[in-house]
Amino acid sequence: MNAPPMAAALRTALRGNVRRYGMVIALAVIVVLFQILTGGLLLRPLNVTNLLLQNSYVLILAIGMMMVIITGHIDLSVGSVVAFTGALSAIMLAEWGLPLWAVLPLALLLGAAIGAWQGFWVAYMGLPAFIVTLAGMLVFRGLTLLVLGGESVGPLPESARTLATGFLPDVQVGGVHLVPLLLGAVVAAVLVRVQYAARADRIRLGLPAASPAAAWGGYTATAAAVLAFCGALALHRGLPVVGLLLLVLITGYAFVMRSTPAGRRVYATGGNEKAAMLSGVKTRRTAFWVFVNMGALSALAGLVFSARLNLATPGAGTMFELDAIAAAFIGGASASGGTGTVLGAVVGALVMGVMNNGMSIIGLGVDWQQAIKGLVLLAAVAFDILSKRRAPGGGRPAGDRAGRPEKVPAAGAAPGPGG
Amino acid sequence: MSGGPPVLRMRGVRKEFPGAVALDVGEAEIHALTGENGAGKSTLVKVLSGVHPHGSYTGEVLVDGEPRRFTGTADSERAGIAIIHQELALVPQLTVAENVFLGNERVRGRGPLARVDWGRTTVEARRLLARVGLDADPSAPVSELGVGHRQLVEIAKAVAKPVRVLILDEPTSALNEEESANLLRLLLEFKERGISSILISHRLNEVVRVADRVTVLRDGRSVETLDAARGEVDEERIIRGMVGRDLEHRYPPRTGEVGEIRFEVRDWTVDRPDRRRAVDGASLTVRRGEIVGLAGLMGAGRTEFAMNLFGRCYGRYVRGTLHKDGREVRLRDPGEAVAAGIAYVPEDRKELGLLLDAPIRDNLTLAALDRVGRRGVLDAAREAVAAEELRTRMRVKCRDVAQAVGELSGGNQQKVVLGRWVFARPDLLVLDEPTRGVDVGAKYEIYQAVRELAAEGAGVLLISSELPELLGMCDRIHTMCEGRVTGCLPASRADQESLMRLMTRTAGAPPGTTERRAG
Repeated sequence: MNAPPMAAALRTALRGNVRRYGMVIALAVIVVLFQILTGGLLLRPLNVTNLLLQNSYVLILAIGMMMVIITGHIDLSVGSVVAFTGALSAIMLAEWGLPLWAVLPLALLLGAAIGAWQGFWVAYMGLPAFIVTLAGMLVFRGLTLLVLGGESVGPLPESARTLATGFLPDVQVGGVHLVPLLLGAVVAAVLVRVQYAARADRIRLGLPAASPAAAWGGYTATAAAVLAFCGALALHRGLPVVGLLLLVLITGYAFVMRSTPAGRRVYATGGNEKAAMLSGVKTRRTAFWVFVNMGALSALAGLVFSARLNLATPGAGTMFELDAIAAAFIGGASASGGTGTVLGAVVGALVMGVMNNGMSIIGLGVDWQQAIKGLVLLAAVAFDILSKRRAPGGGRPAGDRAGRPEKVPAAGAAPGPGG
Repeated sequence: MSGGPPVLRMRGVRKEFPGAVALDVGEAEIHALTGENGAGKSTLVKVLSGVHPHGSYTGEVLVDGEPRRFTGTADSERAGIAIIHQELALVPQLTVAENVFLGNERVRGRGPLARVDWGRTTVEARRLLARVGLDADPSAPVSELGVGHRQLVEIAKAVAKPVRVLILDEPTSALNEEESANLLRLLLEFKERGISSILISHRLNEVVRVADRVTVLRDGRSVETLDAARGEVDEERIIRGMVGRDLEHRYPPRTGEVGEIRFEVRDWTVDRPDRRRAVDGASLTVRRGEIVGLAGLMGAGRTEFAMNLFGRCYGRYVRGTLHKDGREVRLRDPGEAVAAGIAYVPEDRKELGLLLDAPIRDNLTLAALDRVGRRGVLDAAREAVAAEELRTRMRVKCRDVAQAVGELSGGNQQKVVLGRWVFARPDLLVLDEPTRGVDVGAKYEIYQAVRELAAEGAGVLLISSELPELLGMCDRIHTMCEGRVTGCLPASRADQESLMRLMTRTAGAPPGTTERRAG
């Protein structure tokens, strides 16, 4: 294939999809950048495995946070909830000697109960989520200090550590682990199949679809990325337990948000609560369960985090809420609610994770890391909003939404479809 | 209507559309601008106000014969052009006086030392309010005023500056009959004082009543200018210009049969959140395939009645029963109402009806997601097919069903809201002002969709402030006044006068506010 058609195909694929693919491309650029800056250290099998382990709890939180933000709310308490549930889990494991299979459901229930408490105030009492969860941030940090008595609890039993740092049993052939390779092949096949079916549907319905070249380019890129990632895992120590957990969570939540009425109701509630309510959606119940879910995921992240450190500390989870919120917004959430995807949150969390990891490898101080991450968050959201404003059809047609000068796009905005 | 040169003239103005606009507004003239949604009225207003700056369009804007190049709203204001926007641009938390002088504060001192002169602000605000006929406390927050009064505050704000041409974009669409009449009277007063107005309105009866000339826009082109002095201004004539053809019937013919009673409401009583009575013992019936009208002035309690009936989503339910097919049903939230086969299309489609950033498809299927899925899983292909069918049936003009609904014009947005309920196949469809702010062509298509639903056996309760619409569409019309149902007439025996009498049948007050249509 020669260059010009390829470039043309790429342009076609990108046109109008900047929002959808922008963050994936940004992630790719960041990966390549740090691969160069770190002299190839970033994508070494050891480091890829580490990336996954280091970011597992942020990924878990980002999924829940994305749903909270889609509903039009925010949750500032997740860091404290991570600390609190992590502390109680550690106490149950290390001091009471309960087995992991008993502690895991208890921790999830505790997190869900915390989420229900906050969801009650937000959804049923109508308090702003910002206030309720700010209160929760203080309350649960305080409770963490209380139950830990200001000290750390640990070490944790082996079973718990496996959850965060262990690997699945595997078969090795010449130093290569087979499980991640098999799983990677399956995941790549499923992803390509989903993309293929979506495009076929669009064509069948006469909707605009990507050109064959662009489509196949997309399939190839998807499969290559998945296989490369799994290949790296295979060359190190195989599939981490937490990797499998994440795969299940991401797949499950992506499916719920994309393909079930429940997911659609979350989007509707965030998009226009009143309209959703008048269409028969139980908006309060929806928001309530989104917070319950966030609580449960926080508890899971708390357990994973404690297990990874092998220790529950009073300061655990500090600033995690901001990492999760940043991941959601980098991944395409809108502050006004109603938009965002689970995969977007994953991409957002990976952008943050790769930057953290890459900047640490090249020895950049925490001072610079913070500042750069802040700027990237700002740039991502600015890019998102500006590209939305310029996107074809993004300008409102004449006769509609008139009279709001601040919303009027600058000159040169594409004409709306009118009618 | 004077012999002088036009105060404001647009020549060959062209933006977004292939056609060009020419417009002359004379000294002390009320010049109406009509056209379907998307015909280019709002674009034209933005050119005149400088929101679309010079250079983003071709053609010329002249004030007193001098070409002007507005680069922002400040420029157009200096030239004496003021705009009253469709969606009011007031700050609700600020007082009336503060709003009137917003960005134009009455100050003492100059430059950085200037501070607000509260004495002058209040005194002058009171004078301006008197000028627009608004009896309101200048120190009250705007949030305490109703929409009609807010409109007047907006006008006071405009005339606080030396204004020569006032542009009003759909000023009466949110007003009731009396408030609209007041507003139009105000325009006539301004005309006496030499202030010209450009009136953009879908309410053609108002245009006919006050306009000296009417310019009709179609597809971004000024098609013709009609002169009232030459007797050219009448509704049929304007409509012909707007749609580019004779619209023989404004209402589609009746089809289908009216059957047995499906819904019966008895003694429905609702309190407002502040405990004042909103609806007082309303009773009515809707039969299978019947379109029942609900007429009333603003504040009569029609919307409150409909929203409370629809799963108590407004106010406080006091008493009353709802029977479906003879059996009583209790609806505690909108979800239960939907499950019972009731649909409510709200008046404010942007606030209450649509997920503006979501695709048309998601908006269409929202109320009946179980119909595009299997065992709790949505089927994307089935959903797309269903949305496509609805789009065709409702004649929604859009790129494709994946387009965000916020990008559509008002009429097409309304078709999407209606389409959502068509898809849910309701037994009772409650429509609240379904054609407000919708142009003539889209109106007809909405009427057709309603007729089709009725022909399929649904009962329809149509709330409307436009009496011709009720007379043209309904089988029977109930009237409401001050929360009570004051009468019921078969449409065949009703006319605007008889309805208006029933709509104003308050306890004691004579029905004297009836207005005859001009033209």
